[in-house]
Amino acid sequence: MSYELRVNGVEFEVAAPGMRRLLDVLREDLGLSGTKEGCGEGECGACTVLLDGEPVVSCLVPLCQADGHAVRTVEGLATAGPQGPVLSPLQAAFLEAGGAQCGICTPGMLMSAEAFLASGADPTEEAIREAIAGNLCRCTGYTKIVEAIELAALGRGADTAPGA
Amino acid sequence: MPAEPPVASPTSLGQAYALLAAAPHRPIAGGTDVMVQIAAETTPIPERMLDLWRLDELRGIRVEGDALVLGALTTYTEIRRSPLCVEHALALVEAAATIGAVQIQNRGTLGGNIANASPAGDTLPVLLAMDASIVAGSLRGERTVAAADFWPAYRRTPLRPDELVLRVSLPLVAGRRVRYRKVGTRRAQAISKVVMALAWREDGGVWRHVRLALGSVAPTPIRATETERVLEGAAPRETVADHAAAVLRGELRPIDDVRSTAAYRKAAAARVLHRLLREEGGW
Repeated sequence: MSYELRVNGVEFEVAAPGMRRLLDVLREDLGLSGTKEGCGEGECGACTVLLDGEPVVSCLVPLCQADGHAVRTVEGLATAGPQGPVLSPLQAAFLEAGGAQCGICTPGMLMSAEAFLASGADPTEEAIREAIAGNLCRCTGYTKIVEAIELAALGRGADTAPGA
Repeated sequence: MPAEPPVASPTSLGQAYALLAAAPHRPIAGGTDVMVQIAAETTPIPERMLDLWRLDELRGIRVEGDALVLGALTTYTEIRRSPLCVEHALALVEAAATIGAVQIQNRGTLGGNIANASPAGDTLPVLLAMDASIVAGSLRGERTVAAADFWPAYRRTPLRPDELVLRVSLPLVAGRRVRYRKVGTRRAQAISKVVMALAWREDGGVWRHVRLALGSVAPTPIRATETERVLEGAAPRETVADHAAAVLRGELRPIDDVRSTAAYRKAAAARVLHRLLREEGGW
């Protein structure tokens, strides 16, 4: 079977079994290894990607259910600049706040945070913590991750503030 | 990589029924249980899968007559965002918010929770407490099963191999209140140790039509009928709460397992009920 996906804005036709995990399609068929496999059971959130803008764990989504839909992965956050890729404001905030240590949870954290910020929800600490409740981190203690997301939210607020 | 059994993705219910009538298929909705079972090989790998995700006939939340009707493919996120659910089934909204975290809520479905038939299914006590009906369908037609009859034994349902869960109907009862509470290891991503839904109507200062349903304390979601009898016709006073909690503790027969102990589950269930009654009684 062949399925059509739009990944980070690019159309792909994937000839693979419909029950293949979206995670494996991204990493093995499309070579997008930014998305990480953690538990493989939907518990840890490391493989979080956006499906039509909503966070999902790609280890639990079969290819057949992503057919015709838009997928966004961590590779889709940075944008092209004259001197190479430019980190998104969210990625830059993670760097600035020290929101990463070993890095395995980071792509999933970024995607959950990206969806949260795009939702326009009030970025209180409680709301941020709920937004990343499905993403486990065993290094940071979460504090700096929450700070990074707050920092990115402040930046977004400034971008959209009247007269800014 | 995990096993990748062949899958059919019908685009209409008629096609799905025909496929099921021709050969056994394992249905997959949001995949939050089935994909785990395949990856962890906790059940035999299905020979064929039936992808339900394109069956828009199984989507939607609406009021029909005096019932709130939810399509089987309704996700927990859709329940949380639904003004109709907030108005008519707040306990279901509360239950949906305790399931997994955002990623699971975006994919997991009400029909999947029902068909997966886990004793820890977090919406199932709400369905029991609200006297829900579950509509199943196949080429042979549709039939309605009361939630009270839907989980007769551990991980069993009355669904025949060619049947799908189509929708759930929650009767709208004037003056009914429903409370929900889940106890897990943490607030998100936790499988319940105890989950409870309590429904009643107040009538002249006392409670009528009391339903007390629990999950994770028996091989199936259950109603605690002895405790219901204590609360029926009573008011949520402290003496009533003490008695009801003691009766509940005696009525439940939970087990020790990886997530909790029988003793903790009995104590937690009794305490949760006592606290709900205290909140309702305002003492």
